[in-house]
Amino acid sequence: MHIGDFKETYASDQAVFINATSRFWLGILFALLILFPFVAGDYLLFMANLAGITIIGAVGLNILTGFAGLISLGHAAFIGVGGYTAAILSTRFDLPFLLCLPLSGLMAAFFGIIVGGPSLRLKGLYLCIATLAAQLILEFIFVHWESMTGGIRGMNISPPDIFGYVLDNDFKFYFVTLIMVILCVTFARNLFRTRVGRAFIAIRDRDISAELMGINLLRYKTYAFALSSFLAGISGCLWVNFLKTITPEHFPLLESVRYLAMIIVGGMGSILGSILGAIFMTIVPEVISTILGFLVNIFPTAMSFLFPLQQVIFGLLIVIFLVFEPHGLAEIWRRIKNYFHLWPFEH
Amino acid sequence: MDIFLQLVASGFLVGGIYALIALGFVLIYKATNIINFATGEFMMIGAYIFYSLVVYLKLSPFIGFPLVIIFAAILGFLVERLILRHMLGQPNISIIMVTIGLSSILLGLAEIIWGSSFRSFPPLFPRKPIILGEIVLRSNLFYGFLMAMVVVAVFLLLFKYAKVGVAMRATANDQMAAFSMGINVKTMFTISWAFGAIAASLGGIIIGNIGGVQPTLGHIGLKIFPIVILGGLDSIIGAVIGGFIVGIVENLAGGYLDPYFHGGVKDLAPFVVLIFILLIKPHGLFGTKEIERL
Repeated sequence: MHIGDFKETYASDQAVFINATSRFWLGILFALLILFPFVAGDYLLFMANLAGITIIGAVGLNILTGFAGLISLGHAAFIGVGGYTAAILSTRFDLPFLLCLPLSGLMAAFFGIIVGGPSLRLKGLYLCIATLAAQLILEFIFVHWESMTGGIRGMNISPPDIFGYVLDNDFKFYFVTLIMVILCVTFARNLFRTRVGRAFIAIRDRDISAELMGINLLRYKTYAFALSSFLAGISGCLWVNFLKTITPEHFPLLESVRYLAMIIVGGMGSILGSILGAIFMTIVPEVISTILGFLVNIFPTAMSFLFPLQQVIFGLLIVIFLVFEPHGLAEIWRRIKNYFHLWPFEH
Repeated sequence: MDIFLQLVASGFLVGGIYALIALGFVLIYKATNIINFATGEFMMIGAYIFYSLVVYLKLSPFIGFPLVIIFAAILGFLVERLILRHMLGQPNISIIMVTIGLSSILLGLAEIIWGSSFRSFPPLFPRKPIILGEIVLRSNLFYGFLMAMVVVAVFLLLFKYAKVGVAMRATANDQMAAFSMGINVKTMFTISWAFGAIAASLGGIIIGNIGGVQPTLGHIGLKIFPIVILGGLDSIIGAVIGGFIVGIVENLAGGYLDPYFHGGVKDLAPFVVLIFILLIKPHGLFGTKEIERL
């Protein structure tokens, strides 16, 4: 039970980790994350890397859609821009991984600004369709700029190294992913304690009011696009360095929808929500394929339903969460936490 | 010049069919302000139902059409009643996402039920191509276009003269006023979803008859967006005009540019045009400019 939590200074009220209990549990979580790769098998490590990379992308989309209220159907394409930038820089220009990482983020941010630039004039549906157009145009470029992107066949890259230390397996890469996830999440969490982040929220709630309060809409909407695509670019760079291959098929419109599904299932406008949603959406397909794997004994053709079944379940999750739990997993988590705060005296 | 006329003519015909599908979108948007991302999937489901009725159950197409219309109406009704009704008053993003989720469900279901392989329709129309001077038109396309135009005309007349159409227009105009005139606004929402689904599935049958049907047929639904933005979201006539423009633009782009890019320009061209239009006119060509107040 947790009582007597009074705040006497503004600093303590605004602290990220409000009390000793949360710091304690965070420490435990951190320790577990460090220990995880030493006990986990190859498969779990692979999934953990994938989940981590997805988390960065989902946090990026949540900044744009969940916090700034600008819906984007082109997030996968921005991740693709980051991925292709990393692949091109490392194969054609032999740049080291540590330099590729920020550069691919910046490149994606640049594209984000181009797409988001007109966003001051576009709203709601119109913006949504403009990002849809961006997704399709970028996909077209990935496929058709063959001299640079390798066309349909895509590109392969060699394992990245950091100052000569080659990250050639999932175990080593896990720590890179972990560090990047922690950096990005910390950045995003703190962003919303600054003027920029609060401006995003004001724009989401009512852009005209925000403008009246002295927020330059064009500038802050552009920031939102730039920051979101920057994280998408980082995620894309990690993604290509982790899987060591990239093709246009990895970034279809469906992938953008999957990212939107993540932040809705996780909770829009919540960093914790992006993390939970990304993990959830990485695990769900695996669970489905495991279940189908068992069913193969009974129905030999079960595996052919894997892809459509995933689609149905993604769709159902989006609809069910929006209808019954619009604030997502983050809200469920908060309720569980509150229950135990006062346990066993609920009322 | 021959090839130009040829491309414009067939683009015009395709555009007529797009107009019907876009009508399926506009009908819903106009009455309920909901952006239906599942229009393409309604289309695909309609085509598959028709295919099943005609091929598996060996029904005549003349029985197939009314059955598809009934089925589409039920689908639209269920979607509105079970899902969208709960979303009244929710923010735009949530409503857009619900319809995206819905499209994902329908796409997956279609693939589970009918498989992902490509199926072509049995011939519905005479196969002889239509020849107008130097222009040769595929018969499927030509008769499909005629059918689409008939359906569009029926919808337009319905809106103009039938009681339900007038009631729907009243609802779209001002919900409160419609309420006080004794129009059941919620019923109108349901009816417009049913109408939207009907228009989309009839469009689906026509498209399926031209190019065959597979679960990804619904991707044609993405073309609705350039069309409705060109035409203005809430204008039925605009949707028809937009359909023609997009049909012609994509056919010209496909005919002249595809050889240089190894394909793909055809589907992209409407979106490039769309971006330019949005840059100049953020509310589309014929769309009403929304005036926002605090």
